Amino acid sequence: MSGFVLTKDQRDLKRLAAEFGKQVMLPAAKEYDLLGETPLEIYKQAVEIGFASVTLPAEYGGLGLDMTTQCLLTEELSRWEAGITNALGASSLASKPIMIAGSPAQKQYAVDMIQSGHLAAFGLTEPDAGSDAAALKTTAVRRDGGYVLNGRKCFITNAPYASFFVIFAKTQKNIGTHGITAFLVEADRPGVSVGRHEDKMGLRLSAAADVILENVFVPEENRLGEEGKGFVIAMKTLDASRAEVAAAAVGIAQSALDQSVEYTKNRICFGKPISKLQAVQFMLADMEIQTQAARSLVYHAAELIDNGLPYGLMCAAAKCMAGDTAMKVTTDAVQIFSGYGYMRDYPIEKLMRDAKLFQIFEGTNQIQRVVVSGALLR
Amino acid sequence: MKILVCVKQVPDTTEIKIDPVTNTLIRTGVPSIMNPFDAYAVEQALRLKEAAGGTVSVVSMGPPQAMSILTDALAMGADEAHLITDRRFGGSDTLATSYILSCAVRQLGPFDVILCGKQAIDGDTGQVGPEMAEHLGIAQVTYVSQLRPDGDRLEAVREHPDRQEILSVALPAVITVVKGEERPRFETIRGRLKANRQEIGILDREALPVEDEKIGLTGSPTKVKRTFTPERHAECVWVEGESAKDQAKALCQALSRAHVI
Ligand SMILES: Cc1cc2nc3c(=O)[nH]c(=O)nc-3n(C[C@H](O)[C@H](O)[C@H](O)COP(=O)(O)OP(=O)(O)OC[C@H]3O[C@@H](n4cnc5c(N)ncnc54)[C@H](O)[C@@H]3O)c2cc1C
Ligand SMILES: Cc1cc2nc3c(=O)[nH]c(=O)nc-3n(C[C@H](O)[C@H](O)[C@H](O)COP(=O)(O)OP(=O)(O)OC[C@H]3O[C@@H](n4cnc5c(N)ncnc54)[C@H](O)[C@@H]3O)c2cc1C
Repeated sequence: MSGFVLTKDQRDLKRLAAEFGKQVMLPAAKEYDLLGETPLEIYKQAVEIGFASVTLPAEYGGLGLDMTTQCLLTEELSRWEAGITNALGASSLASKPIMIAGSPAQKQYAVDMIQSGHLAAFGLTEPDAGSDAAALKTTAVRRDGGYVLNGRKCFITNAPYASFFVIFAKTQKNIGTHGITAFLVEADRPGVSVGRHEDKMGLRLSAAADVILENVFVPEENRLGEEGKGFVIAMKTLDASRAEVAAAAVGIAQSALDQSVEYTKNRICFGKPISKLQAVQFMLADMEIQTQAARSLVYHAAELIDNGLPYGLMCAAAKCMAGDTAMKVTTDAVQIFSGYGYMRDYPIEKLMRDAKLFQIFEGTNQIQRVVVSGALLR
Repeated sequence: MKILVCVKQVPDTTEIKIDPVTNTLIRTGVPSIMNPFDAYAVEQALRLKEAAGGTVSVVSMGPPQAMSILTDALAMGADEAHLITDRRFGGSDTLATSYILSCAVRQLGPFDVILCGKQAIDGDTGQVGPEMAEHLGIAQVTYVSQLRPDGDRLEAVREHPDRQEILSVALPAVITVVKGEERPRFETIRGRLKANRQEIGILDREALPVEDEKIGLTGSPTKVKRTFTPERHAECVWVEGESAKDQAKALCQALSRAHVI
């Protein structure tokens, strides 16, 4: 299904996401946005409904649904509250390298943990290795039937609450990306600690922090895939997760648009609603056009994934377009609400803060352009 | 424990419009939902099942579209669902509705507990549950907010405007529920996908042992002349009198004048 003409199942699940988003997630937004914490009870309730199980493989007890359905649900949840949606997304992101390269036992572990409400985190970025992820310095040295990990990861979503991490580390120096290996690291292993809870601009209902690894021993069975394949696993993971991230950005844009349309009908200036002003009407039209265009790319990318077709370029295009659109549309929404848009007592400024991250994480939008042009010029 | 929940499809609005000419509800153009009290009844049923084991069945009488609220109940976790539908059941008032539902209970049962909402937000009479209990000749407890299994009985908390009553009821019984503290649960994705593929039993006139003169318009003695919201007013009358005996007498006379006794 293309994501435009929905099946009955998809319609029903989208409605379920809307009910949950509206009745449970949205009411928590204000309080937890100020606190900068994840409402864990709500996260767990979302897990019980199945929002963290959508694409986990059915053979391990997940729902085994397609990426289109995942994107539909992510978009809908994000429309109500993007931070909690992002906490769910980060656990999903951490599960991906395991589903790509893990052993059956590792897969079963990840599915069981995530479906029982544990959070998980994906640890690639380091203080000196963001866009240039291959520059990472964390090391994994073979010892006694396993590895000893040392290093520091930063900006890791869900880190403060995570029960396990997927950590990318160098098993061999001076051979670039070929020296990187992926590991499954349980949070309770001796030597694992989590840094200060970052005070973020937006998406404050998901938390990010450093993950510090000091002489952390993991047995060999915690290695994901072969030695030296870590970078490929990370890139495959990000390729596939970009559609989901893009869907969340579209949800934010849609929320800004919906609220703007209502507001313009009620805000009176010069004796009439501002919706009667063509300057405002055209802003709304552009917001709609951009949001729909971004959505089209998202579901196109999801359709490619679902059909086993090459999707790298489309996912990067969708992520870039959706992130830029969310930023543009939420900025316009603040403009339409103006003074009320700028005030924290109203819900619009949060959307703009939330949107900004979508131009930064899971590869900045510059890096998406690097991916797209790289595919064109290959 | 075998549990049955009666659910009714109602228009999704608290503002019901009534056709001034026919005195009937205008139903076109309004999306339909499960009667909100019935969603609470489903929640109570699922909790009873979790506490005492057993099965939860749901039944609704209505047009084929009412199938969707049965699927909703299945998605919440009910085990099976039946739709009572037949043109000949159309036009039934509360008496005929409760009669047909009680026949369905006999057909599908026996059940230990039959749960209803306290009232439907469209018809609003609150009569179907109690009338079913009468048709079936079994106990009833209305306005229940909490239910607990208690051996072969149920403990029920019954809500009054100013107090609660805790009752122990022998089974089988009809229970009508109010909006308790426990909100109806969200369906799960898995529950929804399963429900969308689950078959719903159809009970028509042929499938039910009903008497034709008790169903549909023929079986419905109620004629709606007018609907209105009665004004509630309370006034305090001081009963005067020299002695307690005089006061009691005056009170009896006043009550008798008001046709209370
Ligand atoms: C809230 C939040 C949550 C995050 N969650 C996670 C997580 O869960 N797991 C994880 O591993 N990481 C996570 N990250 C890290 C995120 O992916 C990185 O911040 C991102 O990849 C950018 O890296 P950087 O911040 O180091 O920026 P830098 O790489 O230092 O980039 C700085 C600027 O230079 C530009 N630039 C760099 N290289 C190029 C190039 N080749 N061409 C063009 N422009 C370039 C960038 O686009 C950017 O504008 C998170 C980040 C944030 C802010
Ligand atoms: C004053 C009045 C006006 C009416 N107006 C109309 C009208 O305009 N249009 C029209 O079509 N009908 C009308 N009816 C018929 C009415 O909708 C039916 O009698 C209805 O089946 C039951 O009445 P209720 O809605 O008051 O239910 P209530 O007695 O308030 O319902 C209590 C509970 O009984 C159960 N229940 C009730 N009905 C069903 C059902 N069909 N299937 C399963 N469980 C059920 C539910 O658990 C519900 O919560 C009217 C009836 C009356 C008395």
